Amino acid sequence: MKTVEEKTATIDRRRFLKITGVSTIVGLLGGWKFVELLAPGELEAKYLPKAGALTAKRWAMLIDMKKLTDETAGKCIKTCHRLHNIPDVGDPKREIKWIWLERFENAFPGDEHDHMPESVEEGRFFVMCNHCDNPPCVRVCPTKATWQRDDGIIMMDQHRCIGCRYCMAACPFGARSFNWGDYRPLIKDKNPEYPTREKGVVEKCNFCAERLAKGLIPACVEESEGAMVFGDLMDSRSELRKIMRERYTIRRKPYLGTSPQVYYVV
Amino acid sequence: MFERALAGDRKYWGLVIVLLAIIGAGFMAYLVQLKLGLQITGMSRDVSWGFYIAQFTYLVGIAASAVMLVLPYYLHDYKTFGRITILGEFLAVAAVSMCVMFVLVDLGKPMRAFNLLLHPTPGSVLFWDMVVLSGYFLLNIVIGWTILEAEKNAAPPPSWVKPLIYLSIPWAPCIHIVTAFLYAGLPGRGFWLTAIMAPRFLASAFASGPALLILLALLIRKFTKFDPGTKPIQTLAKIVTYCIIINVLFFLFEAFTVFYSQIPEHMRHFEYLFAGIAGYGKLVPWMWVSMIGMITASILLVIPAVRRNHVTLAVACVMVVITTWIDKGLGLITGGFVPNPFDMITEYWPTALELLISAGVWAAGFLILTILYKIVVSIKEEIG
Repeated sequence: MKTVEEKTATIDRRRFLKITGVSTIVGLLGGWKFVELLAPGELEAKYLPKAGALTAKRWAMLIDMKKLTDETAGKCIKTCHRLHNIPDVGDPKREIKWIWLERFENAFPGDEHDHMPESVEEGRFFVMCNHCDNPPCVRVCPTKATWQRDDGIIMMDQHRCIGCRYCMAACPFGARSFNWGDYRPLIKDKNPEYPTREKGVVEKCNFCAERLAKGLIPACVEESEGAMVFGDLMDSRSELRKIMRERYTIRRKPYLGTSPQVYYVV
Repeated sequence: MFERALAGDRKYWGLVIVLLAIIGAGFMAYLVQLKLGLQITGMSRDVSWGFYIAQFTYLVGIAASAVMLVLPYYLHDYKTFGRITILGEFLAVAAVSMCVMFVLVDLGKPMRAFNLLLHPTPGSVLFWDMVVLSGYFLLNIVIGWTILEAEKNAAPPPSWVKPLIYLSIPWAPCIHIVTAFLYAGLPGRGFWLTAIMAPRFLASAFASGPALLILLALLIRKFTKFDPGTKPIQTLAKIVTYCIIINVLFFLFEAFTVFYSQIPEHMRHFEYLFAGIAGYGKLVPWMWVSMIGMITASILLVIPAVRRNHVTLAVACVMVVITTWIDKGLGLITGGFVPNPFDMITEYWPTALELLISAGVWAAGFLILTILYKIVVSIKEEIG
């Protein structure tokens, strides 16, 4: 006969299975709650613009090439690059640029012909990120470091970007730049209001998302002396839509289906 | 089993030391890149992928070739390949390891590589490439190791390995198809935007992989007591022959569509690669060597006498390996980026540091291959 002590000290097979079974079920339930907590859904934080921010259903830009002089364009570029801490790399192969000028045949390859008006033939066209409605860069990014906001702006998270440069291969507009080295020392006068970027990440124009949040229009538009218009494409009363009703506008490489949201009056 | 890699003759250790030295040099070069960034490479805004991604692309092809042994052996009960399937599987392991390393050295922020897992993005082909490559790596190392161990113990392999083998068969072409999709789905790159990209990848993979395997088998036969056998080498040679011919044909199909249609966005890249544009044409001699070499190798391999003689066969296989390497490891990536989306030319050429880092990765892959093959050879010599 076993003593009482012996009976309590040993666990028979049935009791063991019972305890482990129950604790497994409890553990699984707890684990499931954990999964629910992490799963995307109601619990996720939502981005809400601050009071005073400029908001739109679909931001878009229009550039009236008839009004844009080289001098104004230079001012726009300078302001943009100063505000966004864009370094002066010097090497055109490895430079960073958010907005710059190209000849018509380079900005709109395939659309040029030999008998264009001189203003088009000789003109310099603003190019930048088109904030496409159907962006290939967002589609290919393996970490969601570049994504599309509800208002259409294509954003970059330079803290998440792994520098694979797939987005650069995907962009049909050459709008993206890569930090091939530590470019911070090459920034002339740093703007403390905007972050600088480390080496190894991709960047591009962000439609001045940081200014929109403060109720300001994009810097280039502000400097453009009326040659550029920024507005809500979904608002039929916006100035943007008013001009688009009156003037014929073109976009870069529309046949690729990316639906660029920078419109040109040539 | 691993202990077999720790005992070898002087030739074995000599090879290991040479490879380690190259790895060391490559690693030092990589430290420079880590500190200074990718500016030490020849890449630019316009040619934003270069030698690293090209090597990765070529090596995916080498990796996929294991299936050319596994499929006939397991699906058609082609016993001849029984002796050497392990060589194909372990070549795949080494090749996939190199692929992963080449992607890592290409990253601007390698310390963030795990963001791929932290923020999985099924919409990105790169995500799927990671899935298929890591899966293929695991399948081959597990299958190869288990079968070899069973062979060593003169026991039948465990039954659970069979489903894995069947899974590895469709998995192999997948790694190449998905890698081709990395390029073939980009709207603005006329050179890559073609449905024949994946078939071309498969054809060149199934030519270059088995060609390399033949060379390795011939080396093993020469330097060790394990004879992979003449018959499997001959069958592999036939596979190489068909695939290199198909590869040349696929290229010509693409060239027809591009040049008969006369669509500039597709034509310009071919013009750059094969004729040069406005005096820019660094790759022109390479591309012609590749094309003429591939056609010559096809003609040579069709001749039975050339295939049967192991010296001429080896020459033809070297030609296949080198010409497909030029095609994928040099032309394919750069050719897609030149001209750029503005129809302007920025040329690319790898720098010395870039080549040194690449040599380090190649050496690391060959070290893995050497160790795995050493284990195989020791066991095969033992069981006879």
